[in-house]
Formats: sequence, structure tokens, C-alpha cells
Amino acid sequence: MLDLINVSYDTQIPNNVGLSSDKKVLKALERWHPGYINWWNDLIPQNFQESMVYLRTAVSVDPKGWAKFDYVKMPEYRWGVLLAPQVEDRRIPCGEHAGELAWQEVPGEYRNLMKRLIVIQGDTEPGSVEQQRYLGLTAPSLYDMRNLFQVNVEEGRHLWAMVYLLFKYFGKDGREEADDLLRRSSGSEEAPRMLGAFNEETPDWLSFFMFTYFTDRDGKMQLESLAQSGFDPLSRTCRFMLTEEAHHMFVGETGVGRTIQATCEAMVKAGISDPYDTDKVRSLGVIDLPTIQKKLNLHYTLSLDLFGQEVSTNAANAFNAGIKGRYMETRIQDDHRLTGDTYKVLDIVDGVLVERDVPALTAINMRLRDDYIRDASGGVGRWNKIIEKAGIEFELKLPHQAFNRKIGVFAGKDFDPEGNLVTGDEYDRGLPHWLPTHGDGDFIQSLMKPCYEPGKYASWIAPPKVGIDNKPGDFEYVKLHMA
Amino acid sequence: MTKRIDFQVDPSAYRHWRVEYDGPVANLFMDVDEDGGLFDGYQLKLNSYDLGVDIELADIVQRMRFEHPEVKVVVMRSAKDRVFCAGANIRMLGGAKHAHKVNFCKFTNETRNTFEAAEVDSGQKYIAAIKGACAGGGYELALACNHIMLTDDSSSSVALPEVPLLAVLPGTGGLTRVTDKRKVRRDLADVFCSTEEGVRGKRAQEWKLVDEVIPNSKFDETVDARARDFAASSTKPDVDKGIVLTALDRTFHEDGSVTYSTVEVQADRKGRTASITIHGPEGDPPADIAAFTAEGDQAWMLRAARELDDAILHLRLNEPELGLMVFKTQGDPETLLAHEALLMANRDHWLAGEVLQYWKRVLKRIDVTSRSMVALVEHGSCFAGILAEILWAVDRSYMMEDEFEGDNRPMATVTLSDANFGPMPMANGLTRLQTRFLGDDAALAGAEASKGEALEAEAADEAGLVTMILDDIDWEDEIRIFLEERASFSPDAMTGMEANLRFAGPETMETRIFGRLTAWQNWIFTRPNAVGEAGALQRYGTGQRGEFNMERV
Repeated sequence: MLDLINVSYDTQIPNNVGLSSDKKVLKALERWHPGYINWWNDLIPQNFQESMVYLRTAVSVDPKGWAKFDYVKMPEYRWGVLLAPQVEDRRIPCGEHAGELAWQEVPGEYRNLMKRLIVIQGDTEPGSVEQQRYLGLTAPSLYDMRNLFQVNVEEGRHLWAMVYLLFKYFGKDGREEADDLLRRSSGSEEAPRMLGAFNEETPDWLSFFMFTYFTDRDGKMQLESLAQSGFDPLSRTCRFMLTEEAHHMFVGETGVGRTIQATCEAMVKAGISDPYDTDKVRSLGVIDLPTIQKKLNLHYTLSLDLFGQEVSTNAANAFNAGIKGRYMETRIQDDHRLTGDTYKVLDIVDGVLVERDVPALTAINMRLRDDYIRDASGGVGRWNKIIEKAGIEFELKLPHQAFNRKIGVFAGKDFDPEGNLVTGDEYDRGLPHWLPTHGDGDFIQSLMKPCYEPGKYASWIAPPKVGIDNKPGDFEYVKLHMA
Repeated sequence: MTKRIDFQVDPSAYRHWRVEYDGPVANLFMDVDEDGGLFDGYQLKLNSYDLGVDIELADIVQRMRFEHPEVKVVVMRSAKDRVFCAGANIRMLGGAKHAHKVNFCKFTNETRNTFEAAEVDSGQKYIAAIKGACAGGGYELALACNHIMLTDDSSSSVALPEVPLLAVLPGTGGLTRVTDKRKVRRDLADVFCSTEEGVRGKRAQEWKLVDEVIPNSKFDETVDARARDFAASSTKPDVDKGIVLTALDRTFHEDGSVTYSTVEVQADRKGRTASITIHGPEGDPPADIAAFTAEGDQAWMLRAARELDDAILHLRLNEPELGLMVFKTQGDPETLLAHEALLMANRDHWLAGEVLQYWKRVLKRIDVTSRSMVALVEHGSCFAGILAEILWAVDRSYMMEDEFEGDNRPMATVTLSDANFGPMPMANGLTRLQTRFLGDDAALAGAEASKGEALEAEAADEAGLVTMILDDIDWEDEIRIFLEERASFSPDAMTGMEANLRFAGPETMETRIFGRLTAWQNWIFTRPNAVGEAGALQRYGTGQRGEFNMERV
């Protein structure tokens, strides 16, 4: 356990921001740190807190060796404050200040807007840890448990990263916001997390994999656009966070892939060729493919909501101010100001889906969502390869973006997963085939039995192809504390 | 924006509000229909409002008093998740003509005032229960309530972001109520009004922006409990049953004229003049207050107030070029005073009280109407008691003196009553006569001594109750010349001059809202920094910031 009174911030908190000599930030951090540790300790069941977990810790920003692996108790994890190296002569990439030198301090006129973006980003990081707090109890293997905890501690570090920015650049307001990041809590009636998807439960491991694949990918897109920020410290912070985020998406993609693998293998072994023969498939102790499709539908659509309204003033303001760019902003060939440009957004006119040109500045959210959809489709293709290889006729698909939406032009409208506007009656009848039912949830729960023996995996998930840090198959990724 | 804006609305046609009546507590839910804007070109997202939304709200507040006198506490809430109210719709403001903006703000200001008047006058208390974002006009709605409760979910906030976000003012009473009503210290108010994201949680309470901050999990039950507490400790007498406000009997004519049962509006577009003639009651008053109540909204005293109110609002919003309003009355002053006397004698009766208070509001509405206004006291007229107040609400009055050839109507008189000495105060807290005779106690005492006397021209002139008396020889020419001259002046200069001259005497929160705040707002509404092509209001939503001329004026 960290000695809270005598934290040596230069040795115990890996950092490249000169923490030990920055009195202002140190003072704020000393005040905030105990609350953070309490938050963490209250979060995850005690026996996991005491367990030794084989985790990677970010210790520098050297691309060749930024992390090291070792056993550590999670409360003693060294949450570092690391910013990607400063780029010489970096310029603001977009908006009305495009081409000017990037800001090293917060410009007063954009202070509130910038703070708000950082707070929203910061709020998602602990939110997902809260959503996943009990999953350790049903881990399908020690390998998966370790991955879960890796994702958790890194989300914790991302919270640190945002809190550092709040302390360093936003004074008293920033300190209050940092406190509130610990006060809000996922699904809480008292003070819920700011974004809807972070108040949903993550009830089982398939949800966790879907979440890390789809929802963390929204996080990636947001970080990508904040990495384009004209506010250099924010850009550098986000660039480094993206290094870690890649692993989270890996956990998601391979997790879903291994689930599909186990299903396909079991079906082939039992000689079942009809993927819709769900009773038979389920009796093999694996999750049937139609249910996996339903889970995909749910998590994908929840994640699309995170991009906000298709046409958004806030997004336009942030882009024009140079605080938040587009995905791969510097690689886009245009004037990066967009004042005269248009962009196509989907809309509904008289019940018909249409594309409509709107000023490009106001369609920043829509554009990022389009980039996300492209990005998210890659893994789905790879999952389908697994099914194809097993010789089963079934194809997973991303549903149409109008389906099951709570935010934006499609909110509350009855679209089916193909993007057809259907009657209320058709919608009600289709729903059990499109989204997980309580029955599906009960079935998945019935499979969620822990499997804590090194090298062993629950029936519904296949082992990974290679171990973490190239460890052998029976490596003990978590030394469980069984008090 | 050429379609006629109708200020009459039937509760069955509400698109934006819902009221749930629960004995002495009414729960008022704001649930604005995004696609229910009064005009094309904007969507009313996030419970933002336009004039149409406010017309419904004004109707609810009015009906609450007449149709639901059993209600002692009204709880204002949002029916939407995560947003209380985002304020006036910015795109609507951006697209509206200056005159519409100004009249929109005036009407919304009058409606906010009725929240407060409901408690002072009738003991109906409005409380705001805020969950989610409450910004700009949204917080101004809350400010008009007499108790503000905010949930402490670490994201719900109150804010007045107009200055940093739009380069205009929180002009629906916001700036004024923060300091004058909530007594927020002025430097904290300065911080609050220039911080776009506003203030939440404990600090909102410490700064007096809200009365209570409540843990989110206990919010709904605390609000319900507070509403019941207020209702239990209310001094408002119990009333079983209200009366129904039925649709007005009115006809709109091609030429702009409007006919009501007691009010006739005659439009003269060429002369830029609207004549408003009020016809006094014809029969005897109801025998007693029970009979009056039985007449419901058909009782002359209530019917005339509703019709006059509607006529004024219609002219303000729909006939901007009729710059001159000429008020006339016809009827028997004694009969009118008999109807009034029934109410004055029963002022403690709920309905009598409500009708008198309503006349007070209608007269205030006339006071702040930015048109040149004149009253003509002709033969056969009934400028007595409450209707005599019109003589001192308008800018000038002319009275017929002696007999006119070929005119056999009763001689023009002015008669004062108790109604002229207290129950119909102006926004400045004084009666119209006190304001008129500011610093001249003798004149005021003289007027009071004449109560009940039908004063003919010479006496009325002597008492200072009219501007000018004219006989048969001069009347026609003088009046014609005055009207023509008046209609030719710059409307801007007229509005400014009249608004200044009408409100002599002390400042109150109300006069500061209609005077200082509104005047500055209307100035800003004409400045390029807000409404120019590159102004903040026009640029809002495009992502580009407003471009400002940085020169201080």
C-alpha cells in the first residue's frame, strides 16, 4: 500500500512532467490522492485488491520500452502522469487559429469549453471501472481476469492524466472538478456519470468484451480528436493514452473472437450446422451466434449515442476554437477551417431517411461517427472469418445507425437493424430478435462461472493464441489472495 | 412572420406543458414539443421556448388563478431528462425581427411577473424543482418562482450564459432578479453572469442562486414534501371550485379591426391608428357576489378585462405599424361603478379579488405598451373608476366640453372611485394618480375628495385629470391635428420619450426590469456585436465566434 503521507512523487509516480518540483500540482495531488485510493479500495472486491496481478505499468514515453510487466497489488499500482514528447514548433491544426503556434497555456477565452471537454473525457475513465467492478468474480480464466484488471488500472491512470491537466491548468475550478470526478459514480442515483453509456451495467463478460471493443473505441476516437488539440498539453496527454487504449480494444476484439471460436468449435464437434438451433447450441455450454449478434447490436448502438447530436454547436465551437480536431486531422487535405464547406448528415424527412448537406463545422460529431463506423467494422470482418473457417453459415453485421438510438435525429424512432422505419407493432415483435432479452441475459449469466485454474478456460471461450508478455499457456497471471 | 399570433389557447391544445392537479398542489411539467415552434426555421430543442410556448404558460398561470383556486403551490418541473430548460430558442431569436424580439421579451417578462403576482395577490406560490441544465431563460423562469430547489447530482446547474455565449443580456428579468430579488452579492453576480457553465451544488446555495440543494436520491420526495409544507402553511383561503374561462367571443376583420363583446378595435392602417372602444355594462350588476360567481366568465367585469387584454396583446404583436392607440369608452358611468362596487365591497371574496387583480395586470400591460396612447373622453363615455385609470396610463387625454351640435349623448364626465386610490398600483408601486401628481399632495387630496362625483370637463380639467378640454368648435380639428402629428414622429423617439415620462417616481424591481434591463437589452439587440452578420447571436450554432467591435461606447 502506498504510504500516503510520504509519497515520493518522483519515484512512486512515474512522470515526465517534473512533478516533484511543481509545487502547485503537488499540493493539489496530495489533497486528491487519498480520495482516489479510497475510491479504488471501495471499488473492487477485497480479495482481488490483495491479489498479485501480472500488470504492465507505463514508466516512460519511450516508444521502444514505455512499459514494464510485473506482479503488483492493484492499490499499489503506480499510476503515472506521462505526456507524449513535445513536438518542436507544433502548430494549431484546425479552426480559426490554424497555423498559429500551439498553446502551452490555456487561452482565457476558451477556458470553460476546454475544461468541459476534459471533464467529460475524465468522467468516462473511472466510469467504466465502476461498471466492471464485479466481473473478477466470474472471470473465465486468470488470463482474462488479468486483462480486465489491466484495462481497469489503465482507465484509472487515464483519470490521473485528466486530473493532472485540471490541476495544472484550471486552478480552483479544476480542483473542484477533480473532486467531482470521484463523487459521480456509474449508475448512481445520487450522482450518475455524465454520459448514458457509462451508467449502463456491464453484467457479464461478453458485455465487457463488447464494451471494450465498441465503447472504448468511441474513447479512442475522442482521444484521437483531442490529440489534435491546439492546447499542447492536452494533445500530448491524449497521444500517450492512445498507446494504452490499443490494448483495451485488443482485449475486446480477441474476447469476442474467442467467444465465437468456442461456439463454432463446439458446433462443429457436435455436428450442428444451423446457427439458429439455439437450444442445441446453448446446451453445449457456449453462446449461440444470434445472441452474440444481439449483444453486438446493443453495445454498438449505445456507443453511437456517445457521439452526440449529428449537428452540434458545441462540437463546432470546439473545432473552430482549435481545441478538438477531426480524426487524423493533419492527414486530411483541406483548409482545416471548414467555414465554407458542407458535410452530409443523415436526417429523416417525412419518415424517409435522407442525406442532407449541412455546414461542415456543425457536422464534426457526425464526421467522427462516420470514421468510427469504418474503424469498428474491421474487427467484425475478422470475427466473420472465424465463423467462415468453421464452415458455418452466419454473418455478424453492424446494424444500421438509425437502429436503437437515444440521441440524435433517430432517437425514439422505430427503425429495424436494416435501417427501415417500421410500425410500432413490427418493432415490438422484432425486438426480441434484435436486442438481448432477459432470457438471453439469464442464459449468459448461467455460463458466468469463474475458472481460476492457471491455463484453464470456461467452456464458452477459447484460449488465446499467445499469452500476455509472451508467457506460456499455464502462466499464473493472477496469484489470487484467498483469505 | 406574417401569420396572426393568437394569445388565446385552449388547454386541450397545449403542446408544450402538462399540469397535474393534486389537491392544493399543482405539478407543472415543461415538455416542449421540438417541432411545435410558432414559426418555421428552428426546432425547440432541450425545452427551449418561443412565444408560442410562453403563450401557453401565461394561459396556465391565468387559469390556475381562475379555474383552480384550490391550488396553493405550483411546482415547476421539467418532463425531460437532464434538462430543466435551455431558455429562449437562440435560432428563433437570431431569425426574428427586432420588433418581434422586443415584444417577445416584453410578453415573457409580463408572464414571469405573474408568477410572483400569483403569490402576492392570491397566495399561489410557484416553486422551481430543477434537475438537469437550467440556463438563461430557463433560470429566469426559476428566478420568477419564489422558492428554488436544485438537485445535487454534480452536473445539474443554474446559469445565465447570455453574455459569454451570445453577447446579449439575460433580459427576462435575469440580471435584475439575481440582485434585487435573490440578493446575490453584485461581485458574485458578476462572476455568475459571465460564466457560461454556471454554478452547481452547494455553491449555488451559498451564493443565494437557489434556496435549497438536495441530494439527488432524495430530490423528488423532498420537493413533494416541501410543496405539501408550503400548501399546509399557506394563508390562502380554501376554495372548492373555480370558474371556467371559456373561449372569447371575437371576430377579426379584413381591415385589421376586431370585434369583441365589450371591446371594439378599429384599425386605420393609413392613419397608423387603432381605436379601442370599451363598451360599459348595460344591465344592473349581479345581486350579490354569489350571483356574480354564477355568471362566471360572462360577468362584465371579467369579460371586459379579458377582451381588453387580448386586444392589447394582439395589437402589440400583430399590428406593429398601428403606432397610435386611441382609447374610448361608451356606456353609463353609474352602472359601471355599480358593477365595480360589488367587487370592491367583496374584495376578500376569492373571485372578486382575482378579477380586481386581473384589472391591475391589464392596466400594467397598457402602461408598458410601446405605442403612443391617447384617451378621448367623449360624450356618452364611462371613464369612471377602473376605466378612468386608462386616462392616466396613456400619454395624453382629451375631453369634450359642453354640448356638441347633433350629439345627444350624455355629457362627458370623469368619475373617481376607491379603485383609483390603492388597488390598481403601477409597476412603481404608486397609484397612477400618485404618479401623475408626484410632489403635489394637494392635487391628490383634491382628486380624492371628488370621489363619486361625475366631473364634467371644466372640473376635470381643474382637477388635473385630463390633458386638454375642447369644445365643439375646436374638437375635430385639434384631435385630427394631434393624431396626424403624433403618427408622423419617429417611432423610436416616441417609444423612448413615452417610456421615460410614464414612470415617474421610485424604482422597483419591476420598473428596473421594464426600464433599465429592457432598454439595455433592446439597445444590444440593435448592435452589430450581437445581431450583425458576424455578431454573436447570428453566428451562434455555426461554430464561428462573433466578431466584436471592441470600442466601448
